[in-house]
Amino acid sequence: MTRTARLAMLAALVLLLFAASLMAGKIWVPPSAWWSGDPLWRIVIELRLPRAVLGLVLGAVLGLSGAVLQGYLRNPLADPAVVGVSSSAALGAVAAIVFGWTGGLFACAMLAAAGSMALLAALTWRSQSAVGFILAGTVLASLAGALTAFLISIAPNPYATAEVIDWLMGALTDRGWADLLPALPFLGVGAALLLLTGPALDALTLGETAARSMGVRLGRLQALVVLGTGLTVGASVAVTGVVGFVGLVVPHLLRPIFGHRPAALLLPSALGGAALVLAADSLCRLAPGPGEVRLGVAMALIGAPFFLALLLKERKLGWV
Amino acid sequence: MGIGQSNADHPHPSHAAAQRGKGEGGPGPGRDVPPLTFASLSVTLSNRLVLQDITATLRPGRVTAILGPNGAGKSTLVKAAAALVPASGAVRLGHRPIATFDPNERARRIGYLPQDAAIHWNVPAREVIALGRAPHHSPFAALGDADRAAIAEAVAATETAGLLDRPVHELSGGERARVLLARVLAGEPDWLLADEPLASLDPAHQIDILDRLRARAAAGAGVVIVLHDLVQAGRAADDVLLLESGAVAAFGPAADVLTPANLRAVFAIDVTVAADRAGRPLCIPVGRADG
Repeated sequence: MTRTARLAMLAALVLLLFAASLMAGKIWVPPSAWWSGDPLWRIVIELRLPRAVLGLVLGAVLGLSGAVLQGYLRNPLADPAVVGVSSSAALGAVAAIVFGWTGGLFACAMLAAAGSMALLAALTWRSQSAVGFILAGTVLASLAGALTAFLISIAPNPYATAEVIDWLMGALTDRGWADLLPALPFLGVGAALLLLTGPALDALTLGETAARSMGVRLGRLQALVVLGTGLTVGASVAVTGVVGFVGLVVPHLLRPIFGHRPAALLLPSALGGAALVLAADSLCRLAPGPGEVRLGVAMALIGAPFFLALLLKERKLGWV
Repeated sequence: MGIGQSNADHPHPSHAAAQRGKGEGGPGPGRDVPPLTFASLSVTLSNRLVLQDITATLRPGRVTAILGPNGAGKSTLVKAAAALVPASGAVRLGHRPIATFDPNERARRIGYLPQDAAIHWNVPAREVIALGRAPHHSPFAALGDADRAAIAEAVAATETAGLLDRPVHELSGGERARVLLARVLAGEPDWLLADEPLASLDPAHQIDILDRLRARAAAGAGVVIVLHDLVQAGRAADDVLLLESGAVAAFGPAADVLTPANLRAVFAIDVTVAADRAGRPLCIPVGRADG
């Protein structure tokens, strides 16, 4: 099967899961409600459509940024969390909640993400090496995590604390067009920057020195990675809270199908991320009882068995 | 400078052998290759002066071996030649300092095969070799006819046709070295700089790789190899640049540089130099020099 055929199948899966996401929930809305003029269809238009679009976009940028970071750092364990952007954006959002600036939550999260990107760029500018990048990102992530914990402990009332924790766990619940639209330009520009990294990531397969000898500008590549990850992950955290796992697991799941070449994984990872988030979010709503399962929980429930099966298979082949 | 002319200026016993190898080394550069000149080149890394005032002109159409003890600056010299380390003084391709080249153009002119043979992802060998064409086409374009022809010639020259679909992590060290050499050859560089391309290869593969590099030089390209094996250096090199503590100890035709006196001064060993069947110097280390 050609690469195009595989991509088409993955895209078809995304469409299928998108449709399922419109139908699935506490109330099952069949497609026939659309042409029969059933008032249930309003649930789909007003609640589920923006949520499904958000899931699609969010999953796509998380999968894409995971694939870019794994390629850039040449490390299959890398994901957007290692850069510290998601923790920093979360810190900004938590500050907005704790200090009661709820209207400015998106702006606070983006500003914090931008601040951490600037710090990361300043810390790694001269070295341009993957190890320095991981170390700086890890330090930023720990710092943001510590400051977030500090903010929670000085929160003025228990409601604020509960709201923070609720938000930190990440969900698409009750998100609408008003949440998605301000984030779209950031997500779009960031994703475009990330897609530009492909050829340089391929050259990095042979190491940093070889890549430079092949004409790759490592400084430019690093700027693309930092800016692209900062914009996409920062904006997605600002809308939905921290949604982990997608960036780590999706490129892994797709390597056996699309090959290990980093550039060949970028588009599939975006599609795969969208599929995983759509599936997980539908599962969230199908949980029994009045409430919803957290997106992160559903994600782990779907992704972890796949991942374990993959690990076992790779061990059999002697790769791990 | 024409290649024939440069050889005529410096007749050398191994010239005939180089001619014999012609046609096995993959694509020739297809144009006159300018000489590669180091002009008062100095490199300081981590506050240590690694290379000091190197001045030499390496000529195309010949294999130049860079020899020297550990830490003499051999790897740094080839990296400087590919503009991969910050340097003072100049490296010039013809009359043009390589620092003024656009990175892509420089990559098309100077191919660099690093000592570190890491391939981080388990991609099929054909994708590694195709990377060699990256400086030749725009980043998102598919491979064109010229790319495919260059790859095919590089594959033929390195006898890697049977490896193309195999994941690189399943290849043996020798197979992987050939794939990585094919990657550089596919780029059809004017100058090919190889840092210890023979490390971890068995003798048969060492001879194969050296023969391919010689054939490449015979086709008109410039070839520079960092070596630490004196026997292989004598076998492969037309010219030898002997480095000691970051400075040039001797530079010239192999027969003139690979002398017991030079090798004793630089390596502190006693060497017997004989002539092999082709008349090239065969250096046999006998023991550490006394005193």
